Amino acid sequence: MNETLTTSSVSKGCFVFKSASKKRKRHVGLDEYLVEADDDSGRDRFRICQKLWETVQTSTEEIQNQLNKKVLDSLVEFIKKHELGSSSDVWRQRTSEIPTAALMLGVNVPDHAMTFRSLCNLLQDSVTPFVVSVHAKECAAVKHLIQKVLEQLMGKAVSVDEEQEEDAALPQKAQCTISALCQWYKTATKKCSQKKNDNGLRQSLPVVVIFKDFEAFNSQVLQDFIHICSRYIQELPFIFVFGIATSPSAIQHRLPHSVSSLLCIEVFQSVSCTQHLASVFDKLILNAHFPFKLSSRVIQVLVGIFLYHDFSVQNFVKGLQFSMLEHFNSQPLSVLCCRKREALLCAKTLSQQNVERIRHLPSFMRYVETQEPEEQVKLLTSDQHVKEVCQTLLKSLHKYHKNYFPILQCLHSLTSSLPKFPLGKHIRELHVSCNEKNLWETEEYDSAMQLLRILAKNELVAALQGCSDILQSASTKRMQTVFQQVEDFINRLETLESVSSEDSSVNGAISGKIDYQRKTDLFQLQKTLLEKESRRTKKMSPFEVLRSQVIEFIDSLVREYLTPAHLQPLSEVCYFSSSGILRQRLNVTPRTSIQAALSHPYYYLQNESLKTNAGTISSAAPDLCIVYKLHLECGRLINLYDWLEAFVTVLSAAEDQDADSGDHGQLDSLKHARFIQAVSEMEFLGFVKSTKQKTDHVARLTWGGC
Amino acid sequence: MPVTLQCPGYPEDTLRTLAEKLPCRETQVTSLLSLMGQPDHYSYPSVFIYGHRATGKSHVVLTIMKDLELPHASVDCVECVSAGLLFYQVLSALFGPDSAALLPRCPSLSDFVRLYKQMSSNTPATQTRYIVLDRAERIRDMDFSLLPALLRLQELVNDNVTIILLSEIVWEKFRPNTGCFEPLLFHFPDYSKVELVQILSKDHHPSYTPELYASYINILLGVFFSVCRDLRELRHLAMLNFSKFCEPLEKGEAKESDIHKLWKNIEPHLHRAMQTVYLREVSSVQWEQQQMDEKEATALRGLSAHAHIELPYYSKFLLIAAYLASFNPARTDRRFFLKSHGKIKKTNFLKKHEKTSNHLLGPKPFPLDRLLAIFYSVVDSRVAPTASIFSQISSLVTLQLLSQVGHDDQLDSPKYKCAVSLDFILAISRTVSFDVVKYLYDFL
Ligand SMILES: Nc1ncnc2c1ncn2[C@@H]1O[C@H](COP(=O)(O)OP(=O)(O)O)[C@@H](O)[C@H]1O
Ligand SMILES: [Mg+2]
Repeated sequence: MNETLTTSSVSKGCFVFKSASKKRKRHVGLDEYLVEADDDSGRDRFRICQKLWETVQTSTEEIQNQLNKKVLDSLVEFIKKHELGSSSDVWRQRTSEIPTAALMLGVNVPDHAMTFRSLCNLLQDSVTPFVVSVHAKECAAVKHLIQKVLEQLMGKAVSVDEEQEEDAALPQKAQCTISALCQWYKTATKKCSQKKNDNGLRQSLPVVVIFKDFEAFNSQVLQDFIHICSRYIQELPFIFVFGIATSPSAIQHRLPHSVSSLLCIEVFQSVSCTQHLASVFDKLILNAHFPFKLSSRVIQVLVGIFLYHDFSVQNFVKGLQFSMLEHFNSQPLSVLCCRKREALLCAKTLSQQNVERIRHLPSFMRYVETQEPEEQVKLLTSDQHVKEVCQTLLKSLHKYHKNYFPILQCLHSLTSSLPKFPLGKHIRELHVSCNEKNLWETEEYDSAMQLLRILAKNELVAALQGCSDILQSASTKRMQTVFQQVEDFINRLETLESVSSEDSSVNGAISGKIDYQRKTDLFQLQKTLLEKESRRTKKMSPFEVLRSQVIEFIDSLVREYLTPAHLQPLSEVCYFSSSGILRQRLNVTPRTSIQAALSHPYYYLQNESLKTNAGTISSAAPDLCIVYKLHLECGRLINLYDWLEAFVTVLSAAEDQDADSGDHGQLDSLKHARFIQAVSEMEFLGFVKSTKQKTDHVARLTWGGC
Repeated sequence: MPVTLQCPGYPEDTLRTLAEKLPCRETQVTSLLSLMGQPDHYSYPSVFIYGHRATGKSHVVLTIMKDLELPHASVDCVECVSAGLLFYQVLSALFGPDSAALLPRCPSLSDFVRLYKQMSSNTPATQTRYIVLDRAERIRDMDFSLLPALLRLQELVNDNVTIILLSEIVWEKFRPNTGCFEPLLFHFPDYSKVELVQILSKDHHPSYTPELYASYINILLGVFFSVCRDLRELRHLAMLNFSKFCEPLEKGEAKESDIHKLWKNIEPHLHRAMQTVYLREVSSVQWEQQQMDEKEATALRGLSAHAHIELPYYSKFLLIAAYLASFNPARTDRRFFLKSHGKIKKTNFLKKHEKTSNHLLGPKPFPLDRLLAIFYSVVDSRVAPTASIFSQISSLVTLQLLSQVGHDDQLDSPKYKCAVSLDFILAISRTVSFDVVKYLYDFL
């Protein structure tokens, strides 16, 4: 790079320079990314991936808008209310507070940007053109905050009507005051009201200031700003929105009473991030229409990052995107990972290479083994036959998904109200356990079924009703018959009432009692359960008979439809399962990578000569690695001279083998320089630092070794 | 019986309305007026007025300025983010914006003095000019020479000008240690209860008699005087609750003379207001809404009711570790976190002289290494030292749950403090079923 890149900053941090050349390169062939020399389907895969990613984007946006709609609407309502009420009553004007909305957003800070964007748009569309949003980073002092507010307000309004170009010049920084803003506001609103005189009743347009990250603001800056604004509140109808990540008490912690008494604070709660994630799951992962699927391991990695690290739905979607890219990049057969019709078309025209790849898929091989011998031979020899079989297998894979998800939802709705959630609180947990192994072989499933077996009649009816609601919208024929069967059970349960109402009431009482104990003790529960079991052998009421039929039915559904996906032939086409790669890429461990690079240079450099057996120090390794390995053997303080000696010894060990040159082991200035450079690199990487205790020593900064 | 203010050179009736506008501040107004003297007389160079919040400092001074139509500049120093802005505002108020525009960018004090001189020689003063600087304590944060210069501005610019400084802080906290011209000090004492009643009764509602409003104010002060003497706040509360007070009258259940009945109606309501709307737990709008709905039972959730914070799993443990690091002495870490601490006996471990609770002393700073070491020993599973662990620490800092000690850009072994309360950490550790009390030195 011959251009000199400079920054005005002297502080820490890394700077990203977008080089112009890179951009040009991207334009050349965006769709050539996945193309390799011997592969013709790369372009198709890229296209499919692109299309899927667009679906993901639009649906996540949709979800976010849907979830935020309520809170944003009430926020707009709040602002409108204050806009109207501001100057109505003269008697009350004397003490006016600044209306303030405390918008609770949760700690998933990366997701906030999108919420704020839609809030801004909404406000600008429906309430006022004067919307400003500020970030704590840009507002280290109150003058910066005022400047930001002025810039955004005045700059924007100027860009709206082009005639007044000369106004565009911002006032000198010296006059960056709210009173200047006041002047500007008067003229701006006059213009606005002239323009839309027809709906003349419009009151003064409020100026909305959004503090995106309230907690990060310096509290003195906030206090001063609020003081200043409250002086102008009569002429400039300010409205504040505090974006709060923690809790509303943050306001009281940051602002003293004298300042918070200038505000009229109302709290608005946005949806929790877990709820948000659940909707994303419903829409993108537990959905038969979205062809790309994640294996249970991958889901666990992604959900783990979400729950353990950041709570960020945005990052979760990024993880999904990464999985998609990785899948379409590394799995050539992912050309088949698309809508059913396209996939079938594609299967017809599979290349020979891809047919061979299909033959090597574990799930396909398993399938072949189950076939008759002559069919096996045919599958191994005839490409055409493989293509045909592939089509039927793809069809059945799609059907599997179409049946799987409704049944999964049914099972979840049946078990999610059970005490202690034996099959998990969230549907994603149930999905993961279904995919890991046969659900019906797990203990959790057994205990869930036992709990279902003691449901009272009204509970059972309600649960079945839930199932029938889910199944009603299912598309396949099989699901429609299941729906009919469920409806049938409901009917029979309900007619049962008229036949033997006293019987069922007894039963209800029993399970009512159990209901009580549920909370107290699981052991107790099991005991009653066993008691009941023994009683049942004696005599079963019609309700009990019917109930066990229902449970049998549910069990049969689970066994038929909730089989693990990886057992389905061709599942590798749709399922991304490299959880290891995902973890490595998304949950990086910089320290471990540095250590790996330094102690095993071969790992990254892939140079044969660097392969060493553990414990030895090769002189072929980069100087930094040698110095690093030597320093591992030292204590907290490292004598530089000893270190140098050792370094020179390692280097000259190689020379010894080459030739018996006379000056071996001697300190030539080249080695000395190499050593110094390596040590300063170590210092740069944070492994050592110079110490004032002893001038010829450096201190080790990492643990271990001694 | 308003005291008739006397001051030669000003019209009688203006002085009379002035006295009416400023009840309970007669002595201060009188002495201010006598200090100012006749309009064309030179006045004392600088006056310093101090008193608690809402004791009417700004109100009195500005009312005098406006009613007597004195040439003045009034500047709130909070707004003056730089001295230049202050100069600009003063000049533009005294000599018009055109003159202020002559100031160079980033004007210095001497620029200001020069321009002032030039302007005042163009338009010589016929009356004393006043410069009122509200919240003058902010001047101390500006250039250190600004305050001494302003105090003797009269001398510097050779003009009939008086500086009036208003502050809530006593003069001793202002005086530069190099010494300076001593301004004349004025104290505005707090209003007494009687005075508060008198002032507040003045803004009675147009559709009710002043007597009724006065008795309302009396009741209000009976409840609030012990917690709040801030005139502005009291006025706000009076306004918020007046409609509730009038409710029995509106409904025809009571007459204006039925003070006792009205009192019984409003008193519990005011007590509730003290706990909610006065503390800003509930906003004034919500409070009024609630009054109108008359559904008293559905109590509004206050701000502090939402104290719960959802955090990612490891963030919780990081926070717990930070709390332990902040409130345990570092030397006790071996005992708490080493599996085989064996030999350290409890007797010599608990030092006698360490009687003060660490919780009384507040959180202590700790280095990042210690935080991580404790974190790895309290978290129940093996956690790789991933980048997200580190970024969670900085997220906790931006959320103000941890605070970084020292410089922001100190890369080398940064230090932190835990900024959450014991209750908070107890709630957090309950959600991850971690018994934090067992690890706290103070509770041993
Ligand atoms: N003597 C008084 N008569 C009427 N109103 C007063 C009086 N003293 C103070 N106020 C009112 O109280 C409020 C606060 O007074 P202010 O002058 O701003 O207090 P300070 O500047 O001392 O903090 C003002 O709105 C003012 O109208
Ligand atoms: Mg004041």
